[in-house]
Amino acid sequence: MSLKLFELLLKASLYTIGISLISILIGFAIAILLSGAMLSGRKFFSAPAQIFISFFRGVPLLVQLLLIYNLLPVIGINVPSIVAAIVGLSLCTAAYQAENLRGGFASVPRGLIESAEMVGFTPGQAFRRIKVPIALRLTFPALVNEAILILKASSLVSVVGIVELTRMAQDLAGSTFLPLEIFASAGLIYLVINLVVARAGGLIERSLPGIPR
Amino acid sequence: MSLPAIAVKNLVKQFGETTVLHGIDLDIPQGKVSCLIGPSGSGKSTLLRCMAFLEEATRGTITIDGEVLGFSESAQGVRERLPAATNRAIRSRIGMVFQQFNLWPHMTALGNVSEALKTVHKMSRKDAEDLAMAQLVKVGLESRAGHYPAQLSGGQQQRVAIARALALKPKIMLFDEPTSSLDPELTGEVLNVMRDLAAEGMTMVVVSHEIGFAATVGQQISFLDQGKLLFTGAPSDVFRKPRNPRLEQFLDTYLDRGASMLV
Ligand SMILES: Nc1ncnc2c1ncn2[C@@H]1O[C@H](COP(=O)(O)OP(=O)(O)O)[C@@H](O)[C@H]1O
Ligand SMILES: [Mg+2]
Repeated sequence: MSLKLFELLLKASLYTIGISLISILIGFAIAILLSGAMLSGRKFFSAPAQIFISFFRGVPLLVQLLLIYNLLPVIGINVPSIVAAIVGLSLCTAAYQAENLRGGFASVPRGLIESAEMVGFTPGQAFRRIKVPIALRLTFPALVNEAILILKASSLVSVVGIVELTRMAQDLAGSTFLPLEIFASAGLIYLVINLVVARAGGLIERSLPGIPR
Repeated sequence: MSLPAIAVKNLVKQFGETTVLHGIDLDIPQGKVSCLIGPSGSGKSTLLRCMAFLEEATRGTITIDGEVLGFSESAQGVRERLPAATNRAIRSRIGMVFQQFNLWPHMTALGNVSEALKTVHKMSRKDAEDLAMAQLVKVGLESRAGHYPAQLSGGQQQRVAIARALALKPKIMLFDEPTSSLDPELTGEVLNVMRDLAAEGMTMVVVSHEIGFAATVGQQISFLDQGKLLFTGAPSDVFRKPRNPRLEQFLDTYLDRGASMLV
């Protein structure tokens, strides 16, 4: 297998990395809203959030992507495939990340908030200074995990026409008749990316002070 | 008699259908150490938490230095929640120490003690940390200022928690079983800090199974059983000639555990 082919795979992997990274960030922002809605204690907010989460966790990502790609033009919104890909991945990861965040916030021990109240914190101050930092620390490992899952799931966006790593490998395998070498290389690239993410996550996690348990 | 530091009047606390406190009346005197003893589940923590308004009473009032905390109650029994800012202001006179320490795990010892000075009292970082350091010196932990809670022993964590409460200059300190989650060899260092505090004349309410501490440092002992206050008096009355059969039975369990020399 030539260096030229490997370069093509590497270039395609930039799509994989880029789309995944952007989707995880957008998904995180949406997840904050969703988990806030679920923890608000008001049906008006929590019910729609719950429905959203159930849908995006319950329907296969492949179906979601096809729905977004084919449905939006029907209602008059023509989206480039890259947008459809990012929207699909973002909404899907948002649902999972929202569950992580909700769990993280719910598992901040009540006593830590009580001790903040006892030294005069307003509820807002206790939320910002105590609850948020601890909840984020508790959910950080799950976030790294989710990032790795999304990197792998991003191979599905080829169905809306994005030539990311998996699709490029398929195309090259077909045109070069070197499927074994090509798919082994693609697998290796995924592996390296995810090892880097896991390692970086581990380093960041260790640099966060005092994770409980 | 001067105004009590805390006046508990006809305090009733229900959790759903269960009544946990059945109309408690108790005055906590100024500048003394009051101990709450009683079997597990008798309502000691609930009473202490009501005093700090961490728990909302169902009926009755808590008065701190003559000012009502939490809910006021009219003669007709109509209860009205006081504004949050008022409750915060009154509560600022109280410091609380928990059984589980409740230190914030993402902040160092110094961070835990200085945090409220910065966030609540808007002190500069330097002033807050100087004051916090002075409190850590007081509990003998200046060398651990940069340690996170997870890097400290239980006894050290509890002393940091005491320093955190003291940094805010409370007039009253509440302790809910401060040594119960410590290994036996670590209880001494925490009890010593509490003894020092008592010697300075701090008003203290201590829920504890350390009957020895109650007998030697306590100046008023209250015995709680099944949500009722069965006895309040001087330590000598409690420990020398127990009269109430439930109290006698309760103390017997401690005699069995070898605390007899204290009684
Ligand atoms: N949040 C709560 N919800 C329901 N029941 C509670 C709650 N907190 C305490 N209780 C009950 O109230 C009673 C007194 O508890 P507590 O005040 O913790 O006793 P103690 O501190 O004397 O061991 C117990 O029966 C306990 O189960
Ligand atoms: Mg208790």
